Amino acid sequence: MAESIPSVFEISKILGRLKQFFIQIGELSFFARRFFKELFSVPFEFKELLRQCYQMGNRSLMLVGMTGFIIGLVLTLQSRPTMIQFGAVSMMPNMVGISIVREIGPVITALICAGRIASGIGAELGSMRVTEQIDAMEVSGTNPFKYLVVTRILATTLMIPILIVFGDLIALLGSALVENLKGQVSFQLYFNTVFDALSFGDLIPATIKSFFFGFVIGLVGCFKGYYCKKGTVGVGISANTAVVMASLLLFIVDFIAVFVSDIFYEL
Amino acid sequence: MNYDMNKDTPKIKTNEHQKSKDNFEQKAVIRLNNVTKSFGENHVLNGFNLVLYEGENLVVMGKSGSGKSVMIKCLVGLMAPDSGYIEVMGKEISTLDRQTLDELRSDIGFLFQGSALYDSMTVRENLEFPMRRHRDKLGIVKDTTPLVLEALENVGLAHTMNLMPDELSGGMKRRVALARTLILKPKIILYDEPTSGLDPITAKEIIELMRSIQKKYGTSSLIITHDVDCARVISERMVLLVDGINYAEGTYSELSASTDPKVEAFFKK
Repeated sequence: MAESIPSVFEISKILGRLKQFFIQIGELSFFARRFFKELFSVPFEFKELLRQCYQMGNRSLMLVGMTGFIIGLVLTLQSRPTMIQFGAVSMMPNMVGISIVREIGPVITALICAGRIASGIGAELGSMRVTEQIDAMEVSGTNPFKYLVVTRILATTLMIPILIVFGDLIALLGSALVENLKGQVSFQLYFNTVFDALSFGDLIPATIKSFFFGFVIGLVGCFKGYYCKKGTVGVGISANTAVVMASLLLFIVDFIAVFVSDIFYEL
Repeated sequence: MNYDMNKDTPKIKTNEHQKSKDNFEQKAVIRLNNVTKSFGENHVLNGFNLVLYEGENLVVMGKSGSGKSVMIKCLVGLMAPDSGYIEVMGKEISTLDRQTLDELRSDIGFLFQGSALYDSMTVRENLEFPMRRHRDKLGIVKDTTPLVLEALENVGLAHTMNLMPDELSGGMKRRVALARTLILKPKIILYDEPTSGLDPITAKEIIELMRSIQKKYGTSSLIITHDVDCARVISERMVLLVDGINYAEGTYSELSASTDPKVEAFFKK
């Protein structure tokens, strides 16, 4: 009996956390609903949207490019010996191309962006909340939700797919470099083989899910920052939980996207 | 909505306060009647009443955490009270839609405790920001420079126009924030702890600036503070916020001479 008491506490603790998680999801849904409501109401903040697109897109190019290049390089180097063993080294561009375009490229790029962009938004909006800058906007007659949240979510939704396409191309370039150096495959032959192997069935689901990835990153970052609790500790927590929650939701969205596209393939 | 003037009765009310009130009678720009606000079990405002008359400098004093900032935020619709009646320039805040509230807010300047300048914008952009939605009111066609310059000259910081907020000292930030407050030419200015976190000399400069602005534009000012020196210099009338109610009301000299222990506690050095 004495041993069962802590386990009851443990269970109630887990249940409490689970409840908190579902409350957060519920609040996030209301936040998303407000986003769609404000998205189509005037005035539109085009200037701020362009600024955010530049901040999130242009400033992430280097990081996404570097990561993509290394992933393409490593994936090819690691897979090559096994492919040689099975006598399928000529299928290398097909294998790397499909895996990068369909899964690795979107997921890795989105995770990197969750780390860079979601935490950035969480910390920025969090510190604006703590230092009353959001209240100052409200008092000055500007809708802070529209100015800060709608523009950021829209910017991530538009920019993440572009970053993913860019990351995929650089990853393929890294892979092509290895093939060129180790297998004497020309760049032209490599890319011809990759694009021959890819079909619309590979490109379209990956592109569609990349928009959802962008939406999730922006939504979670803004949600955590906008409702940041008072104090500098709260800003840190907002940035941190934004990354954790966004990463978790990215995997859930990815699972749903793969599941749904699989149904269409079977049809 | 009927406003019950009998409810506007503090426990301690002086003759001077009544005289001051008579001078401004019929010209109330802000009225709070029986306002309550709680955060869980913490009852911050417990039936708070207040009237600010046109052209008056009213200081609300209270201990830290007594609900001064909550009260001022309820006034501009940043927070909703649990119950009670809040009227600003003849309009009841809780009944206003977003657009009307925004229009009303253009007549209310708000100086935040920590200045609340936008970090990512220059001083100029900070001042231009409130004008985005009120260009018609200000009669701006295209160039906002004259208005920005005028507001910055009022606070003696015209040379900081292209600087970022992190390049300014604490006192300068407070003055730029004051300039931003002035840019829409408000009729009422709400000051939330205008001298907190500043050294005595800079605090004195800010107080002088507040007085000169009040003289120049004839604004009504509601000043939230726990700085006794600030209250002494600037107040025409004072309200002491204790236990969520307007505990005492009067001029500085009257309240500082009070023998009530709760009032005395504010003025003890």
